[in-house]
Amino acid sequence: MLLHNSVDTDPRNKDLKSIYIYEAPVRLWHWVMVIAVTVLIVTGLLISYPPPSVSGEASEHFLFGYIRFAHFASGYTLAVSWLLRIYWAFVGNDYARQLFLVPIFNKIWWQEFMYDVKSYAFMHVREIKYSGHNPMAQAAMAFMLVPVSFFMMITGFALYSEGAGKGTWSDMLFGWVIPLFGQSQNVHTWHHLGMWLMVTFFIVHLYMVLRQDVTTRESIVSTMVSGYRTFKD
Amino acid sequence: METFYDVLRRQGISRRSFLKFCSLTATSLGLGSYFAPQIAHALETKPRTPVLWLHGLECTCCSESFIRSAHPLAKDVVLSMLSLDYDDTLMASAGLQAQACLDEVIAKYKGNYILAVEGNPPLNEDGMYCITGGKPFVEELKRVAKDAKAVIAWGACASWGCVQAAKPNPTNAVPIDKVIFDKPIIKVPGCPPIAEVMTAVVTYMLTFDRLPELDRQGRPKMFYGQRIHDKCYRRPHFDAGQFVESWDDEGARKGHCLYKMGCKGPTTYNACSTTRWNEGVSFPIGSGHGCIGCSEDGFWDKGSFYDRVTGIKQFGIEANADKVGGTLAAVTAAGVAVHAGITALKRAKLDHGKGFGKDGSGE
Repeated sequence: MLLHNSVDTDPRNKDLKSIYIYEAPVRLWHWVMVIAVTVLIVTGLLISYPPPSVSGEASEHFLFGYIRFAHFASGYTLAVSWLLRIYWAFVGNDYARQLFLVPIFNKIWWQEFMYDVKSYAFMHVREIKYSGHNPMAQAAMAFMLVPVSFFMMITGFALYSEGAGKGTWSDMLFGWVIPLFGQSQNVHTWHHLGMWLMVTFFIVHLYMVLRQDVTTRESIVSTMVSGYRTFKD
Repeated sequence: METFYDVLRRQGISRRSFLKFCSLTATSLGLGSYFAPQIAHALETKPRTPVLWLHGLECTCCSESFIRSAHPLAKDVVLSMLSLDYDDTLMASAGLQAQACLDEVIAKYKGNYILAVEGNPPLNEDGMYCITGGKPFVEELKRVAKDAKAVIAWGACASWGCVQAAKPNPTNAVPIDKVIFDKPIIKVPGCPPIAEVMTAVVTYMLTFDRLPELDRQGRPKMFYGQRIHDKCYRRPHFDAGQFVESWDDEGARKGHCLYKMGCKGPTTYNACSTTRWNEGVSFPIGSGHGCIGCSEDGFWDKGSFYDRVTGIKQFGIEANADKVGGTLAAVTAAGVAVHAGITALKRAKLDHGKGFGKDGSGE
């Protein structure tokens, strides 16, 4: 397990120019998720607030059906990509596990975490170089992105099971969620609220990666394309 | 106690016809002629199951619905299929006489009668908000339930709590499964439940002498296995994207989907869209109004009946998911913008002075 990832503290990294961080399956998962979640948010909002009615006979149209199909298909895609991502956490490199294993019992990790907090509060000018996620980013991924994603997939498939019907795989695996929340309407409300958490995460994530790319001494955005973290000094 | 045979004879069916019926039943079940006398014997000796119907905190809409059943007719259910030995709103006797009927059945049919509960018990002030026969209803409920074979929870009251349990629930009215723990409970929710659903549940239990198959929430699967939405005759308009936008528009006249008007059909499990009401005449959606979700838990507390995205009480104010979530996203975006501004300013200052970002020696 990767306990802490600052490159600065390890003297062997003195002349390091680049490290291979994100293996192909992780990058693929990332970009599949970007597309799937975007489609899910747009279609999800359309399901809550349907577009203006179409005119003519019902038999001539299937607009709302297609919107819902896009939502369900993206949901399935997201779930499959997460299954592959979890599998890769077992077989991939150390960085593939950062989303799931946070070294909260490691003193150095906490020191670096606090250093990060101060950096983001403009109390340090120089930021530590990291190979993988910095501790704050790692915490945001593990305690926000992962739980919210799974909350959305579990409540999503529970709602899907209502249409799919009793005895279907989604009903058998996730049907219990409906009574847990009291009734279906509550699950709809919480699923909707979870969407806004995803939007909030996306705003912060996009800002952070762009900011880090511009202000720090390592590559961020291009790393999720090429897999390599390159260092500018 | 009267047997099925007695009832059939009373209704003018001859012994010859009765024995013919038994032979036919045995043959159609593939049991052979040997079983015909056994079936006859069972019908001649097996007493009809007594049903005790208690009324707690309720409005009697369940009873009103029940007596309008068409298939089977409520008359047939009450007079020939079951032995409704106690129901204080329907029975002829009253007062001590009625209480005596109740006590007699409990003593005589210990563990063999069915308890049907309409309404629910309020628990505040030791249950004093609902008194029957001089005692708090909750005590009577527990007493009668103790020796029952099974318990039927009629309506949203007995199943979930309904209006008397809606916030702030001053009498602390609770569904019956909060006071009865050791008996199988069949929930038949709705405000009221559909008449045919009520009689069918009773008929099933008496005919097969077992509970109907229940779902996770204790409701009979055969009536509560699907949502109103799944069998709604307006569903094609939903899939097409044709909605009623306001109560008097073209879509309302054409019978388009009521989804945008807050119809709770997509979140409500009931048989309205198939069984319908009043001998299959219509149901709310058929009359142009959305479903209000009356058979769902806590439907009074889910905000407006006319909202698609309903409120979240947990946030103190009547806010919906969009207001809460949208505010969160907007505040975050504003925070990000401010942070980005400060970052840009700091960097501009440093670039000017010590050259941060080139050699990393800004500190």
